[in-house]
Amino acid sequence: MGTHAEEILSARVGRPVHAGEIVVVDVDYVMSHDTTTPLAVEAFRKLDRPVWDPSRVVIAIDHVVPASTPAVATIQRGIRQFAQEVGIDNFYEGGNGICHQLMVEKGYVAPGAIVVGGDSHTVTYGALGAFAAGMGSTDVGLVYATGKTWFRVPETVRFDITGTFGHGVTAKDLTLLMVQTIGVAGAVYCAVEYGGETVRRLSISERMTLSNMAIEMGGKVGLIEADDITDAYLTGRVRYDTGTGHLAPVNPTYRRVVNLNVDDLVPLVACPPEVDNVRPVTEVLGVPLDEVFIGTCTNGRLDDLALAARVLEGQTISPTTRCIIIPASRDIYIQAMEHGYIETFIRAGAHVGSPGCGPCIGRHYGVLGRNERAMTTMNRNFTGRMGDATAEIYLGNPATAAASAIEGKIADPRGYLR
Amino acid sequence: MTVATTGRVWLFGDNVNTDEIIPGRYNLTTDRAALAQYVLCEVRPDFPTGVRPGDVIVGGNNFGCGSSREHAPVAIQAAGTACIVARSFARIFYRNAINIGLPILVCPEAAEAAADGDRIEVDPVSGRITLPERGLVFNAEPLPPFVLRIAEVGGMLEFVKQYGWEGVTRTEF
Ligand code: SF4
Repeated sequence: MGTHAEEILSARVGRPVHAGEIVVVDVDYVMSHDTTTPLAVEAFRKLDRPVWDPSRVVIAIDHVVPASTPAVATIQRGIRQFAQEVGIDNFYEGGNGICHQLMVEKGYVAPGAIVVGGDSHTVTYGALGAFAAGMGSTDVGLVYATGKTWFRVPETVRFDITGTFGHGVTAKDLTLLMVQTIGVAGAVYCAVEYGGETVRRLSISERMTLSNMAIEMGGKVGLIEADDITDAYLTGRVRYDTGTGHLAPVNPTYRRVVNLNVDDLVPLVACPPEVDNVRPVTEVLGVPLDEVFIGTCTNGRLDDLALAARVLEGQTISPTTRCIIIPASRDIYIQAMEHGYIETFIRAGAHVGSPGCGPCIGRHYGVLGRNERAMTTMNRNFTGRMGDATAEIYLGNPATAAASAIEGKIADPRGYLR
Repeated sequence: MTVATTGRVWLFGDNVNTDEIIPGRYNLTTDRAALAQYVLCEVRPDFPTGVRPGDVIVGGNNFGCGSSREHAPVAIQAAGTACIVARSFARIFYRNAINIGLPILVCPEAAEAAADGDRIEVDPVSGRITLPERGLVFNAEPLPPFVLRIAEVGGMLEFVKQYGWEGVTRTEF
C-alpha cells in the first residue's frame, strides 16, 4: 500500500516499505556514458572485485561524439578498453544515440524495474513505470561490482493533469508548466508521479519528455503508470519481465498533489538562468537568437522532429541564426530520413548532426560564444551550460524552436502550424 | 576523516547548479587538481584561487542541483573545502558528497546567519556549527548513523568494503 514509488520498492524488497526508510535493493540494469564512466571505473577498481554481471551493464558513448579533442578521444578509448576487458556487450559506440533513448529503445527498461544510471536524466525511464534514478560515479561503480544500491524511500509529489493540448502545445509545455508551478526545488528528495486523463493519452515519447524533467524539480524519479500504451511500445523490444505486472499507487499518501488543466495552455519558454523562469512565448517574442538547437533526450524523438519538420517545410532558416538538429538515436534518424524530415531540415539550411547529445553540455557541435543567445529543446538553461558563461539559453518545444530558427528571434509557432 | 574544521565562510545563494560548480567543458578529466582549478569559477571567480584548506561553503536552497556529475563535489573537496553547510541540497549532489566522504550539513539557520568571509567552526560528527565572531551556535540536522560512518571511514567504497551492504541499515557502529 502506498505511492507508485513505495509500491515498486516494496515489491523489490519483498515487504511493505514507506517514505523515510532506507532500503538496499537489487538493480536490474546500470547505465553510464562517456562523461561518467571513467570515474565509475576508478571507483569500481578500488573495490577490487569482478563485475557482478556484465550483461546488466550498459555503456553508451554519446556526450561528445565523435570525440572533439585528443583528450576526449583518449578518455573514450579507455572506456572501450574497459568494456572489452570486463566483457560488457551492451556497449553503444558513438552514433547509436543518447544513452537514455537507447536504454528505452533497446529494451533495458521494464515496468516495475529498478534501473540506475550515471546521469541525472536517468529519471526518463519512469515514463515506462520503472524506478529509475540518476547517481554519481561511486554509486555506479558500486553497482558494477555488487548489483546493488541503497535508497531512502522517497515521499511523492503527484501531478494530476486534465484537458487537451491546444494548437502548437506539446508535452514540453506541460513539463515547463509543472516546473514553473512547483519550482526547481519543488520535489527535492521526492518521487514525482504523473497521472490524470491527459497523461494516460500521451505517447511513450511524450511521457519521456515529462519524466525526463522530473530532475528539473529536484525529483529522484519521475513515475508514470504502465498501461496498454506502454505494453504496445515494449512488445518485441523489452529484454526481461520483472514479474510485478503494472504497479500503481494503492491508497497513497502524498506530500503534495498538484492539479493542472492544459486546455488553455500556450507554448511556453523557460528563460535564463533557471528552468522555472517560465513565460508564455508571447511575452518573449522577438528576442534575437544566434542559435537554435533541436534534439536531446527531452525532445529529439521522431514526433519532435516531425513537428519541427512541419514548421520548417519549405521555409528558410534566418541567415543570422545557426540551426542544429540532432536525432536522439540512429533508429530515429533513419525513420526521420524515411519520412523526409531530414531533407526538409537540410533544405531549410539546418545542420543535421549524428545522434548524440550535441551541444547540450557545451562541449562541441554548436557551443555558444560570449553574449550569444540560443533557443533550444533541451531541459536545462543553466549559466554556462552550452558554452560561454555570458551566453543565454531559452527552452521551448520543438515547434517554438523551429519557428524561432526561421525568424532568427523567439517566435510563436502557432502561425506556422496550419 | 571527519574532524572539526575552522575556516572562512564562502557564501553562495540558492540553486547553485553543477554546471556552475564545474562547467561541462572542464569536467572531462578525473584529475583532482585540474578540477579544483575551475571549481565554482562561473559564480565566484575568486574561489578557486582564494579557498584555503579548512574553509566552508555555505549555500542556500537546493545546492548542487543539475547533473549527476561526481566531479562537482570532488572539485570542491580537491580545492580544500572542508565542509558544506546549506539550507538544502539537491539529492544526487548530497549522495555524491557523502559517497566521497565530504561532510555536508543541512542547517537553514546557519545558512541564514552566516556572511561571506565570516570565521566558522564546524564539527560534522556532532553537527555543531559556530560563528565565533557573531557569538552564534547552531545544531545541524543529525546525519543517519551509516552516513556519519561513511564520512568517518573516508567514503562509500571503504564503507562497503568494511561493512558490506548490510551496514547501510545498521543503526549502531
Ligand atoms: S541530451 Fe543533454 S540532458 Fe540528455 S543526456 Fe545528453 S547531455 Fe544530458
